[in-house]
Amino acid sequence: MHAGQSPDPATGSRAVPIYQTTSYVFRDTEHAASLFNMERAGHVYSRISNPTVAVLEERIAALEGGVGAIATASGQAALHLAVATLMGAGDHIVASTALYGGSHNLLGYTLKRFGIETTFVTPRDLAAWKKAIRPNTRLLFGETLGNPGLDVLDIPSVAAIAHEAKVPLLVDATFTTPYLLKPFEHGADLLYHSATKFLGGHGVAIAGVLVDSGRFDWEVSGKFATLTAPYEGFHGMDFEEESGTRAFLLRARREGLRDFGACMAPMTAFQILQGVETLHLRMPRHVESTRKVVSFLSSHSGVQKVIYPELPDHPDHQLAKKLLPLGCGAVFSFEIKGGRPAGKKFIESLRVFSHLANVGDAKSLVIHPATTTHYRMSDEDLKRAGITAGTVRLSIGLEDVQDLIDDLDRALKASQK
Amino acid sequence: MFAYSAGRAFDKAKPTMVFVHGAGLDHSWFALQSRYFAYHGWNVLAFDLPGHGRSGGSPISSVRGMAEWICKEVAAEKFSIVGHSMGSLIALECAARVPARVERIAMIAVAYPMKVGPAFLDAAKADSYDAFDMETIWGHAAQVPLGGNPSPGMWMYGDTQARLERLAPGVLYNDLKACNDYVLEGEIGCPALLILGKRDVMTPPRSAKSIQEKIPDAKTVLVDFSGHSLMAEAPDATLDALIDFFRT
Repeated sequence: MHAGQSPDPATGSRAVPIYQTTSYVFRDTEHAASLFNMERAGHVYSRISNPTVAVLEERIAALEGGVGAIATASGQAALHLAVATLMGAGDHIVASTALYGGSHNLLGYTLKRFGIETTFVTPRDLAAWKKAIRPNTRLLFGETLGNPGLDVLDIPSVAAIAHEAKVPLLVDATFTTPYLLKPFEHGADLLYHSATKFLGGHGVAIAGVLVDSGRFDWEVSGKFATLTAPYEGFHGMDFEEESGTRAFLLRARREGLRDFGACMAPMTAFQILQGVETLHLRMPRHVESTRKVVSFLSSHSGVQKVIYPELPDHPDHQLAKKLLPLGCGAVFSFEIKGGRPAGKKFIESLRVFSHLANVGDAKSLVIHPATTTHYRMSDEDLKRAGITAGTVRLSIGLEDVQDLIDDLDRALKASQK
Repeated sequence: MFAYSAGRAFDKAKPTMVFVHGAGLDHSWFALQSRYFAYHGWNVLAFDLPGHGRSGGSPISSVRGMAEWICKEVAAEKFSIVGHSMGSLIALECAARVPARVERIAMIAVAYPMKVGPAFLDAAKADSYDAFDMETIWGHAAQVPLGGNPSPGMWMYGDTQARLERLAPGVLYNDLKACNDYVLEGEIGCPALLILGKRDVMTPPRSAKSIQEKIPDAKTVLVDFSGHSLMAEAPDATLDALIDFFRT
């Protein structure tokens, strides 16, 4: 509720002011030079930092238990910023197969063009994680709850594998939020959110945030020249030497935001902050309603299978009980009987659920991954990600849950005719 | 041994400024201030004491021993010292022991005697995380967890805890005990500056009174909204006080 903001000293404003400005007046020429050379803290240009955005960054860092954060234009921008800060051409990533389609595209296709290769492994196959690591591996990456099979990432085990290889573990924590899971407490080193989803919760702003635990020792690892060798692009600065625990975020801000420029707008930060203020109220309601909908669908004649880690038949059920005692979130999948035609009819028969490509909204959402979020993936990749032609993904919102159940019941009946 | 110099080569023609960190911390606690002086006419040596940060070895068990180590490691014949908390005691001790070498001392968040509460000492001795929490919470002003870090996007509590978690077992206790046991012998003859946070609960301004009495000509700067971690909580006010002191 409060972290990141003391009431505005200039006006006493209780709400976070929106500093809608591109730049900040220097006190004098020496002050300007000192800000540019990192001898003084402060804001220079809103692509690099902005007071409203900084409140969101500090608040999310506090919620996650990190040393700090960088807000970005989107969740994808946060992932790209993490990768670009840590590595370059010739380096390698080991990633879970159970990823958001956009992340899969970035790692599997786009980064490859820039010389960064990724090996994808089934997230619960710990031996595969280990086997995929090469001398040039610089990052292990997965989602706290995989998309759309709800694979629970065994963060402690995968983190241990990463640390043995002297590389960090990055997790996409979008589906869990810090209310349900704090990845740093389980060994993850870096995390990011698509803040567009549950952190905002209102579906009005595209946003991302990248958080560093500050626990990974880049110097001891010896594998991250971007953080431990002098950088010509910033007065020969050795970021680890300069700032220790803050090295990753310093480079990400001073190079990544400066050069790639995928920053967050102050209005967006304000909008996401409005959502974060009610995160602890919304998440329990999301989970409570999801459990009721899962229960309803599990016994419905039109449903072949429900995929949710709280169900005993989910392969990660025991792990979910350990890592996610407060609930497994509000996004889950089910297999509709009748495959693709039934799925199409089902979606077109819904009245309350909105058919769109998003999750984590106050409103309930539905999508057919094989034809939308994951449509670029080959059949083989789809299978590896646990998706079939009949997979339907739901994101349970904050409406009256009986309205949701009635809507699903009506659409399922229509789909089976 | 590691000392940060902002990547600048040592220049015999320039004066030398030594930075010494507080209990359980390292050179980067002075990142902004040390970088400023390195780019404004000074040779800068921001040390990691043995067993801290990038310096190997075992921690030194007394302030006197730490002061001897600093004086040995600094090659320059004359130098000034900026110390924070425990580092300010080291600055005092260096000034008392080798007055011919130490030109000026600036003590940030200093108290004398620097007595450490038994609960804090016991927790540190047991290597309990409670000691990290105590250093984190008491090491900042009460408003800090409510936010407003001058360094955009950083969370001071998280940063302090991450630093402390990197310490080898026993290092924090070593440092706290060294502070607790320290007794100043000798006089301070060089110009001295005290920078104190009005909201410091670990070394509140009143606990610097005996230093002010021992060094009657010492200048004191009180910083309004800062706690113990002045370099992070009030980086500009701290730097401005240092600039003013070392320019005159």
